[in-house]
Amino acid sequence: MEKFTTHTGIGVPLRQSNVDTDQIIPAVYLKRITRTGFEDALFSAWRKDPAFILNQAPFNAGSVLVAGPDFGTGSSREHAVWALKDYGFKTVLSSRFADIFRGNSGKQGLLAAELAQDDVELIWKELENAPGTEVTVDLPSKTVSCGSIVAPFDIDDYTRWRLLEGLDDIGLTLQHEEDITAFEATRLAFMPKTLPARLS
Amino acid sequence: MAVAKTLAEKVWDAHVVRKGEGEGANAQPDLLFIDLHLVHEVTSPQAFEGLRLAGRKLRRPDLTIATEDHNTPTLDIHKPIADLTSRTQIQTLRNNCAEFGVRLHSLGDAEQGIVHVVGPQLGLTQPGMTVVCGDSHTSTHGAFGALAMGIGTSEVEHVMATQTLSLKPFKTMAINVEGTLRPGVTAKDIILAVIAKIGTGGGQGYVLEYRGSAIRALSMDARMTICNMSIEAGARAGLVAPDQITYDYMFGRPHAPQGSDWDAAVAYWNTLRTDDDAAFDVEVDLDADTLEPFVTWGTNPGQGVSLSSKVPSPEDFGDENAKAAAERALQYMGLTAGTPMKEIRVDTVFLGSCTNSRMEDLRAAADIIRGRQKDPNIRMLVVPGSARVRLEAEAEGLDKVFKDFGAEWRFAGCSMCLGMNPDQLEVGERCASTSNRNFEGRQGKGGRTHLVSPVVAAATAIRGTLSSPSDLDPAPESAAIRTNAA
Repeated sequence: MEKFTTHTGIGVPLRQSNVDTDQIIPAVYLKRITRTGFEDALFSAWRKDPAFILNQAPFNAGSVLVAGPDFGTGSSREHAVWALKDYGFKTVLSSRFADIFRGNSGKQGLLAAELAQDDVELIWKELENAPGTEVTVDLPSKTVSCGSIVAPFDIDDYTRWRLLEGLDDIGLTLQHEEDITAFEATRLAFMPKTLPARLS
Repeated sequence: MAVAKTLAEKVWDAHVVRKGEGEGANAQPDLLFIDLHLVHEVTSPQAFEGLRLAGRKLRRPDLTIATEDHNTPTLDIHKPIADLTSRTQIQTLRNNCAEFGVRLHSLGDAEQGIVHVVGPQLGLTQPGMTVVCGDSHTSTHGAFGALAMGIGTSEVEHVMATQTLSLKPFKTMAINVEGTLRPGVTAKDIILAVIAKIGTGGGQGYVLEYRGSAIRALSMDARMTICNMSIEAGARAGLVAPDQITYDYMFGRPHAPQGSDWDAAVAYWNTLRTDDDAAFDVEVDLDADTLEPFVTWGTNPGQGVSLSSKVPSPEDFGDENAKAAAERALQYMGLTAGTPMKEIRVDTVFLGSCTNSRMEDLRAAADIIRGRQKDPNIRMLVVPGSARVRLEAEAEGLDKVFKDFGAEWRFAGCSMCLGMNPDQLEVGERCASTSNRNFEGRQGKGGRTHLVSPVVAAATAIRGTLSSPSDLDPAPESAAIRTNAA
């Protein structure tokens, strides 16, 4: 995973709550078997509307998405994170993220920064009044700045550390392989196994 | 004295491989052992590829099982899949399962079907287990008192490589549903009412435990319907404590414990309940006695009302974001505030999905339509949750009931719930659907979804407008309306 320390880029105000992962990337794009190449899929239904924010310069070159509450609800598809990254987004700001989306972001180096809704509203206004305004998201200090606005954001310490270091989760876990093996030896005997297969 | 714990905490604690350091919100995650990993074609190819690139093995093929469901056709399943990208994805799953030694139930196999129908049906889902799958509706398995969670593809790869997951402890929420459901009111109405009450974000950070007399009275199929939609309230998981109804469902299933193992298992399962003096972080109450059939009007599952009420107005919502969301939803759905829900005419009825495609769902719908006529303008799709459900339904003659009614009787899969296969809505087409998500475009680009129970779906197919069974004239044979009671 790529390290994340600080990022500055054009902010994109997405004034909408409950942006579910079906909107971020419709299911039809999930048939692909690759992990990259999803930039065309991002918000594909909404991008058909010329008035959609990502169809307007300078927002089409944005890299900081500022969204309404409950971002990333619904399906667990990690493709939503891949599509945001492939398009060029480095970070998403919202007052509330769905749990699975937040987890997926942390695995992929996309910073999901949780901000107070009042601060989101201030940033929206700033970005709408002065399109092209850059937003800086600084992970070490856990702050977002945009114009004259400086706001703190929340992220749990563990995810923050992993993002800052760019650490691979599987590698971290495998450092404790002995613990896993020890646990496996204690698993209750009646708990099921899929193999050998038993059929109806 | 032992510390009082909730059911979710007991299952969690029994699976901690390694405790994370620190306390509170910034504690490191615990490393949890995963008892069962369910795999399907859509969220696994990149995970298998990750293993391959890193030269890693799949640690426990004997705790892993795969099926084909999301993108499989429900017609002509014995022909090659027409859509090439779908065919490639299915073939990729088959290749990966062969390479990594994973048991796979393919299209045409009697155990193929929606992953969340297949696990319980084989007896692989059991109380006290940890169950994961790269699919948010994994919460379904919580109906057995398992801690079951949807995960992303990176986590799928992590489980494949390590049979564990790094997880931060959740908060606990009790959903207390007391009373007795009236005829025609079902588990689906309970969960739609819960989501409308706490909102699509209300469960974020929580594991929900469904409790109370109304839940205890429900069958396993009905409990699965409820746990299935926990994710629509934002919760990571939802569960119900196991009881005799659970054990009766489990007994004799292919992978259920046998002989003395069964007795040992039941003794353990009996410990899996929330201690009397354990405290939940939050409690929510719902009255089953007064509950009516529920239906969604908007584009998220929290935008629901009683079927007997009207389309709300954006002005009904105090919060500015909710108001804006309602306005947008009404526009997308092509609805006018104040319209009685029962006057809304639909084009398509979809009976299926991991929410409502099990035997009890099919029986309940069949009981409504038996001896009645379908509205001629309605197209109705009936998609059993698994090939096994389809076979059982056919053994009971349900396929004939649906076909005589004029519905299409399809092969098993996710189908129109998410429209990854050809079963999709057209632009502007309106659907009464027993599935779980009414998001914009979920069932096909421009499609409009109203989430309903199987009996409301059936009544709607008869009348052509959103309807409850109580709106119907008596059927010629006056078939009794089944409820979800066990």
